[in-house]
Amino acid sequence: MNLEEYKGVYVFAQQVDNEISSIAFELLGKAKDLAKDLSTDVTAVLIGSGVKDLADQLAEYGADKVIVVDDPELKDYRTEPYAHALSSVINQYKPEIMLVGATAIGRDLGPRVSARVATGLTADCTVLEIGDFPLQAVPGQEQLHNQLLMTRPAFGGNTIATIACPYNRPQMATVRAGVMQKIAPIKGAKAVVEEFNPGFTPDNKYVEILDIVKSVAETVDIMDAKILVSGGRGVGSPENFKILEDLAEVLGGTVSCSRAVVDSGWKPKDLQVGQTGKTVRPNVYFAIGISGAIQHVAGMEESDIIVAINKDADAPIFDVADYGVVGDLNKIVPKLTEALKAEIAASK
Amino acid sequence: MKIVVCIKQVPDTKGGVKFNPDGTLDRGAMLTIMNPDDKAGLEAALRLKDQYGAEVTVVTMGLPKAEEVLREAMAMGADKGVLVTDRVLGGADTWATSTTLAGAIRNLEYDLIITGRQAIDGDTAQVGPQISEHLDIPVISYAQDIKIEGDSVVVERQYEDRYHVVKAKMPCLITALSELNEPRYMTPGGIFDAYKQEITVWGRADLKDVDDANLGLKGSPTKIAKASDKVRKGAGEKVTLDPDESVSYIVDKLKVKHVI
Repeated sequence: MNLEEYKGVYVFAQQVDNEISSIAFELLGKAKDLAKDLSTDVTAVLIGSGVKDLADQLAEYGADKVIVVDDPELKDYRTEPYAHALSSVINQYKPEIMLVGATAIGRDLGPRVSARVATGLTADCTVLEIGDFPLQAVPGQEQLHNQLLMTRPAFGGNTIATIACPYNRPQMATVRAGVMQKIAPIKGAKAVVEEFNPGFTPDNKYVEILDIVKSVAETVDIMDAKILVSGGRGVGSPENFKILEDLAEVLGGTVSCSRAVVDSGWKPKDLQVGQTGKTVRPNVYFAIGISGAIQHVAGMEESDIIVAINKDADAPIFDVADYGVVGDLNKIVPKLTEALKAEIAASK
Repeated sequence: MKIVVCIKQVPDTKGGVKFNPDGTLDRGAMLTIMNPDDKAGLEAALRLKDQYGAEVTVVTMGLPKAEEVLREAMAMGADKGVLVTDRVLGGADTWATSTTLAGAIRNLEYDLIITGRQAIDGDTAQVGPQISEHLDIPVISYAQDIKIEGDSVVVERQYEDRYHVVKAKMPCLITALSELNEPRYMTPGGIFDAYKQEITVWGRADLKDVDDANLGLKGSPTKIAKASDKVRKGAGEKVTLDPDESVSYIVDKLKVKHVI
């Protein structure tokens, strides 16, 4: 593998139902930073059926070039045709960096593609930067420059590792949603659009989609919420989430929850914060009746302000809370809602 | 039907997480368990065995101590256990791990391979799909339901806002979510039998069609540049007041921070 041949920062521009996923724009934002450090450009790889019209949006969010793989076989996500499309693009265009969202699609596509093109893949990255490997020069080992350094949590968020892929290309990473910043869209920006079709011949690896069952759409994605009122098992019952909903409404916030609540069937999975749910970074995160298992904390500890209410003074949530209140949520939350309502009315 | 289930022995990060005074992780104080998603995968295999009849072989890669999870799996009802262990396989990333497991699985007959979606130590979710690529078979990740229809599997494949009902011809690899089921307990008879049974132990020489260049630390394309236990942001304030005072306290803080 001649590493010098590999150039440019590439992003898998995930779309679902011909609508570009937010993660694609986030990746473009980060790719722009990386490309600047490497003095190269940003290419989005858009895969689907009838998706060419979406290329302009990718340009507005920072793509210099868009490679479109458009084929009827690519209508809904299936591992094989998508893996064939992306690995063919990699083999043809030879990117030095290939970023994929750590979504339910990307965490399936990424490993399959990385194995096919025989390179490394770092999962669920939260920081990406260009630097040296090894970080400090070691006698007897060549220090390589302009490497992609990929930082990720492991061990349920308890450890942090920075990983490089020095001798294989592309350097591939899946990137956690909600972590990288999109750029403000540049209206009217255009990218060089190139169509590429490697040919699709269905074989045993092309699975058949018998049905697609969409869950009832939630009004607000908890990842976009500025204020989250999050409840745990301590809330006691699905009915009692009403007091959290009232609090959220007063503040213009959204209700989210812990895994225990989802496991109990009280709330749907798309409201779940944590390691196996969503990573959120609201301005204010209320943790109400949430004990604060490490898997939960991993998904919310980057919140600007964390307010915890829990009757157990030893609950680990207090270890990350800025403001912790030990007490009965049933007594405090309704009064808090009323008090805030009065404050907000008075300030108008 | 023959089912291979890949399982991993992992430190228990749930509940049992212990910290040193400086905020770093105290690994020595933590117990090991069968990775939860893998256990759900094993349970799914055992249910298929109950329903359709199948031979279930569990495979793990790890230190000799990882034999413990094979015994646990056999006590739950798995028929055979294979431990892949060898010094030269240590320090593997997901590429080298999947190469190793694929090399072991090539020695086995299988209609279905089930892995957990991800392990709670690495959290990558990569090894399952990578094994399927090495073996050139279809993969269905994130399975929340598995059924057999003739020579095919029909799987509910979970996404963030939907699921797909997907049909694939066997052989096929499926990665299981821990939400898939509630794993059964070991039975006393099962535990007794599990310790009587032989476990197959394979080393590097037993792996089929793999190149040394793709194994262990040396064969791992990803290299760790730096690793540290995360030092968490310190705790803030904690107060114990009566409800009215608690409310005033929170309202004051939200005012100071210009939230309201």
